[in-house]
Amino acid sequence: MEKAFEIINHSADVGIIAYGTDVEELFSNAALALFSLITEPESVEEKLHLNLEVSSEDRDSLLVEWLNELIYLFDVKHILFNRFNIESLTHNELKATCYGEGFNPMKHKIKIGVKAATYHMLRLDKNGGGYKAQIILDI
Amino acid sequence: MARWQGQLIKIDDYRWKIPENYKTGMKVPGLIYASKKMLESIREEQALEQVANVAFLPGIVGYSFAMPDIHWGYGFPIGGVAAMDIKDGVVSPGGVGYDINCGVRLLRTSLSEAEVRPRINELINELFLNVPSGLGSEGKIKVSQKEMNQLMVEGARWAVKRGLGSEEDLDVTEEGGCLSGADPSKVSDKATKRGMPQAGTLGSGNHFLEIQVVKEIFDSHIASIMGITEIGQILVLIHTGSRGFGHQVCTDHLRVMEGAVSKYGIKLPDRQLACAPIGSSEGQDYLGAMACAANYAWTNRQCIAHWVRESFSKIFGKSPEKLGMRQVYDVCHNIAKIEEHIVDGHKLKVCVHRKGATRAFPAGHKDTPTRYKEVGQPVLIPGDMGRCSFVAVGTQKAMDESFGSTCHGAGRVLSRGAARRSMQGRDVVRELENRGITIKAGSIPSLAEEASQAYKDITEVIDVVHQAGISRKVAMATPMGVIKG
Repeated sequence: MEKAFEIINHSADVGIIAYGTDVEELFSNAALALFSLITEPESVEEKLHLNLEVSSEDRDSLLVEWLNELIYLFDVKHILFNRFNIESLTHNELKATCYGEGFNPMKHKIKIGVKAATYHMLRLDKNGGGYKAQIILDI
Repeated sequence: MARWQGQLIKIDDYRWKIPENYKTGMKVPGLIYASKKMLESIREEQALEQVANVAFLPGIVGYSFAMPDIHWGYGFPIGGVAAMDIKDGVVSPGGVGYDINCGVRLLRTSLSEAEVRPRINELINELFLNVPSGLGSEGKIKVSQKEMNQLMVEGARWAVKRGLGSEEDLDVTEEGGCLSGADPSKVSDKATKRGMPQAGTLGSGNHFLEIQVVKEIFDSHIASIMGITEIGQILVLIHTGSRGFGHQVCTDHLRVMEGAVSKYGIKLPDRQLACAPIGSSEGQDYLGAMACAANYAWTNRQCIAHWVRESFSKIFGKSPEKLGMRQVYDVCHNIAKIEEHIVDGHKLKVCVHRKGATRAFPAGHKDTPTRYKEVGQPVLIPGDMGRCSFVAVGTQKAMDESFGSTCHGAGRVLSRGAARRSMQGRDVVRELENRGITIKAGSIPSLAEEASQAYKDITEVIDVVHQAGISRKVAMATPMGVIKG
């Protein structure tokens, strides 16, 4: 995969298009795109890790729930992530280890506050040999 | 994005109809309040398609409405109004939006521009210190789990009981600052955890606190009842909502609604319109949780108003009472409410979704507060930070036609990214200062996203609702000092 993700503009908000050679990579790249909107990912070091389990009705909504879980962790526990190891992924369940560190205002610049991943214009499709997904974020 | 090519039928200079047969599945026609000129820019995006999509929702009565500040939202357009019969209709979290009870509170003062302008920097700095704002801002009030549950049920009164404001504030707040039916057991642990540290904060994005100067009074009688009597008088406008709490409530219940759509066999043209019958457990659970978030937002604005009064008091060395800092009104513009309206000549209980739309009840209505009983409920319509804001009142026409609703603001025309690009290399702070507007913001990049050219001209928006008769303009004020998160 040449590109991991792209950022798209939506009138009131912002969206991401994530790519992956497989669904695991797609989910990981979508999460990277999310944190690239929130902060400068290069400024985040791997100082802690968290095991996450997310479930949903189907694979499309699992992607939304996965991003919403990460948004929640940033909003409540103030953790910035920069690497995601997707350990297992079925059509409605995901297990991952996420690496990053606690937000430090002296070190991390917060670019925008992402408040929710939405179902609006949500797409997850095969793209050539891999996968592509579009998610609009409420900011 | 593609231009919307659908059919619009002109009713008069300010009303346009999307016929019911535009798309198979529409249950009612669409009604758009706009001038011919505004329609041109509205057509540039697919917001009108969303007006047609909302008309598919079960139980919708009258029209699927769009106010002149309409722009493209998730599922429902922003600036949309839809009323559903509570017997066979649905409630949709997308018809309320993520920021449940995002709204506006206006305070009047007895201060004049001449008194405030020399001290504006001091005042803005004091407000910036005293009112927590910005991304991830945490409140000065510490809310325990138990208190959070009380706050969700009591709304603004929770803050008043703690000395943050007065009974009089509640009298001039929509619903008295407390929506009934709040059920904290329908609020997730996650939402509560997001909400607790953010209570009493302004937040970021398009939320703001503004010191304004009255520039024009269109109706001096109504304005005087609001305490707005002089050109040059200072007002304070607070625009914020339910922060991460409301977002989490919406996110949680959208997920439940996703399941409800298939369970109840509801056919939708867009997944983000997910909904459930009003009487179903899913519908009732959402309304119970939504009321908690609405009450949280009123508490939020109540706390902030108190700190605004404190800050003025400190800078001007007089009590808030001596400074005449009475609340004019507080309205919400993202909400679903069970109300009684006349539909086809009969009284009907409906669930009115107002997403980026304001309630505009007339004189004499039982829910119009006593102070405004003879003139109509105040409607507060903020513009962007470089232009102006309006105060209006609700009318009988709004009651007869738009389920007692009107517009809520300017409405975006540029995406945040496009706004940022258009401002590249320009100094937003300096440009505003040159026009006599002092600004303090948590983040300068996000400030560029809120620049004037990102929004429709509020004057055109207000002229449409005024000319169409769904509200009547009373006064106009321009910003002198702005705090953005």
